[in-house]
Formats: sequence, C-alpha cells, structure tokens
Amino acid sequence: MIHPTAEHYLVLSGILFSIGLFGLFVRRHILIMLLCLELMLNAANLALITASSVHGQTDGQIVSFFVMVIAAVEVTIGLAIAVLLFKEKNTVDTEQMTSLKG
Amino acid sequence: MATVFFWIASVLAVASALSILFVKKPTRALLALLVCMICLGVLYTLLHAYFVAIVHLIVYAGAVLVLFLFVIMLEGLGATTLPIQRRFSPLHLALTATAGLIFSFFIVKILCSSKLPALQNAAGTVENIGKNLFTNYLLPFELVAVLILVGIFAAVSLIKPENKKS
Repeated sequence: MIHPTAEHYLVLSGILFSIGLFGLFVRRHILIMLLCLELMLNAANLALITASSVHGQTDGQIVSFFVMVIAAVEVTIGLAIAVLLFKEKNTVDTEQMTSLKG
Repeated sequence: MATVFFWIASVLAVASALSILFVKKPTRALLALLVCMICLGVLYTLLHAYFVAIVHLIVYAGAVLVLFLFVIMLEGLGATTLPIQRRFSPLHLALTATAGLIFSFFIVKILCSSKLPALQNAAGTVENIGKNLFTNYLLPFELVAVLILVGIFAAVSLIKPENKKS
C-alpha cells in the first residue's frame, strides 16, 4: 500500500470538489444543491489543512476553522431562503422558479 | 496503520460523495454526506489537525446536517425532483465526464511532477490553535463573531411573517 503524501490529499480534495461542482450543476433539488455546496467547502478545507501540514504550521487549520464558521452562516441563510421558496412556489425544483426569466 | 486508514477513509469519502449525485431522496443524500463528513474527520486527524477534526464533527454532523434534516422534514415527502438519469441524456453525461476526466488527468500530472515537501507534524492541538488564534488571528476571529450574529439576524428576518397592510 502506498504511503499517503501531500499530493494524495490534494488530489482527493480536488476529486471531492469536482463531485460537488458537478452535483451543483446537474441536480435541481435546492437542498441537494446546498449539500453539494457544503461538500465543495469541505474539499477546500481539506486542501487548507494539507497545506498546513506541508508547512508544519497551524495557520491553515485556523483558516479552515473560519471557513467552517462562514459555512454555518451560509447554510443558515440558504436554508431560510429554501424554506421561503418552498412556501411561495410549493416546489423544490429550481427549474420551476422562473419569476426572473425574461 | 495510518496508511490503511487513509485509503479506507478516502475511498469511502469519494463513494459517498458520488452517491449524493445519484440518490433520489434528499434524506439519503444527507446521510451520504454525513458519511463523507466523518471520513473527512478521519483524514483531518491523520493530518494531526485534532482540534479542527473535532470541531468539524460537532459543527457539521451535529449542527448543519441536523438543520438540513429539519428542513427536509418540513418540506415533506412530496418535495422530490427528477433523478439526473431522466433529466439529462446519457450521451451528454458521458461526453461531459470524458472531457472532465481528460482535463483532470493533466491537472494530476502537473501536480505530481512538482515535488511537494513531505508532510510534517503540524500538531493542531487546542493549545497551539488557541495561542495562534488569539494572537495572530484575533481581528478575524472578532469579525467572524460579528458575521455569525448578522447571519442570525438575517435568518430570523427572512423567516418572520410580514405584517400585511391591506
């Protein structure tokens, strides 16, 4: 078995980020789109913590801590907007939210 | 031992992240993301980021995903959408996947040709993190506290029923 190096962690972070981005593009359920956003933020966190280990300092871990806090705020407001949209349109499919379509 | 844990956690993380794309019910996607989060917690621990790993488990598995679960329960069973197999044609999906794989192959090749230094032990214990956080990162810490307060205000004012004057 290959011993994991920094490249392994970075490639894993890239894979998770791409899966999240792909999910954001192809799924139309608003909650699953938010879940994919969370996945992308976590992939970025993994890259930050890997960078922290590469340099042997804790600064990357502190930045990832801040990212977590900001993600929590983002998910609170995002879920509030999702609940409002569901009450307004009675659907979670973002294809049917066409009020701004010209 | 650490190597075995790395491979198990990374394969599980990628598999559960992929299953988010294909499941039909949002609750199952949520549980798949929970598995992915726990695997990421294992990886953080392997990178010696102990404090961040525990905070990650508490914030994500404990708070954020439960919030998601509440919203899913609020919206009920009727809130489902088409699965991607029926929304997009398999030909388009296959073409996109091929293009993505080709580009990512080049990215991985470039990444592996540049030699990164070996991983060091950046011991993210509570002591080290706390010292750094409250000396070098004190201002961002306070600003983030203000941000989370503003977030609470925004969520409450969004959900609050409006006074209808009619």
